[in-house]
Amino acid sequence: MAHWVNVPLLVIMAGSGLQILAAYPMLGTQGRPYGWYPFQGTPPPEWARIGDWLAGARGWHFAFGGFLALNGFVYLLYLALSGEWRRRLFFPRRDTRNAVSTLAFYLRLRKQPPDQGLYNGLQRLAYTGALILGILAVLSGLALYKPVQLGALATLLGGYDSARAIHLLVLASFVLFTVGHVVMVLLHPRSFGEMVTGGRKPDA
Amino acid sequence: MPRLLVPSRRPLLLTRRSALLGAAALTTSACDSARPREGFLGAMERVNQRLQGALFAEDRLAPELPPEEATPPGDFPQYFVSESMPLVPQGWALKVGGLVERPGMLSLEDLQRLPRTEYRIRHHCVEGWSAVASWHGVRVSDVARYVGADPRAGYVELRSFDSGYWSSWDRPSAFHAQTILAYGMNGQPLSPAHGAPLRLYSAVKLGYKMVKYLTEVNFLPEPTGGYWEERGYEWYAGV
Repeated sequence: MAHWVNVPLLVIMAGSGLQILAAYPMLGTQGRPYGWYPFQGTPPPEWARIGDWLAGARGWHFAFGGFLALNGFVYLLYLALSGEWRRRLFFPRRDTRNAVSTLAFYLRLRKQPPDQGLYNGLQRLAYTGALILGILAVLSGLALYKPVQLGALATLLGGYDSARAIHLLVLASFVLFTVGHVVMVLLHPRSFGEMVTGGRKPDA
Repeated sequence: MPRLLVPSRRPLLLTRRSALLGAAALTTSACDSARPREGFLGAMERVNQRLQGALFAEDRLAPELPPEEATPPGDFPQYFVSESMPLVPQGWALKVGGLVERPGMLSLEDLQRLPRTEYRIRHHCVEGWSAVASWHGVRVSDVARYVGADPRAGYVELRSFDSGYWSSWDRPSAFHAQTILAYGMNGQPLSPAHGAPLRLYSAVKLGYKMVKYLTEVNFLPEPTGGYWEERGYEWYAGV
């Protein structure tokens, strides 16, 4: 259930975030734009924006941001309390070999998929990455929302303008994750049913 | 007893289908991008305003920045709502009123005789950019003490000669140690491009709350909105 709540919330946050970006489509402080950012001055495409104008988009972004953070928090709590974190999170020592073999299988460098339980190493890597992205999105978002009251957090992220760049990079990474995620589900249609119902019960 | 408080006898059936339909209806009807301060978006603004007020700490200061961080002259954006740059009217003086013991007019010299505060901090604009400059002037709290502002005045209203641009502030933010009536920027007297002769400057709000080209400061028991706030921008707008 928590998973599907993410879908509309992420769409709202991404769309309203891009509309906010359109008000000042630059990264870096005034007079010193970041040299590495390739889209300085280019507003995001209109079809990807929600909220019509800056105040509208800010309304959407701050009305729904808290719910997305809350949903993520509930999921983290569930992971911790249910013990599922052992099965779902990526542990480099346990999962690296399996992640590499799975990747090799998908890239047709390997004929047989490696042995796996409910989740393979590559899945664990992707899901753990998405979790870290979510945490980064919330932290950088809070730093942008309250750069003075949460000054320590903003400093931790390299300051206000750096937090703004991180917030946008997190969005770009989320888009990549979502594309990969959807492609994988399309390649494995049976898993879709499990996503809807909540999936198989643990064997143990 | 109000009807709403009477418990319903009918069991409430919250199916996934009805929840989804409800959520969809809610977002389309109650989230009007043209009016973000109404409906669900407006209700959430009021929730967030409480959270922001709770997060605000009177003694938390924005870090003062070294001269190297200052935005190059000319790169600090100028902003006014009039068609051309508002110029100070002849015989300008600041009108101070509302719930104060000594209402009246304060000249720039009067204000400059009060304790001077100066700092170099980061400016946060609602559009998402930041810029750095140093500002000097007199704290709103010092002016409040000078005119004897009543403790019941929980809000401060600022009015300007920039086509009537105005805003209103909650008292804790207005009385913050880094909220000043600024008459200077980067060591120079304030220029017309940045709000001469007097503007509000602060570490704790977004730029649109910092009214330039000031004509009036009123200590009031109720908030009175603002130019952008009436057009849909958030009222509290703390940073």
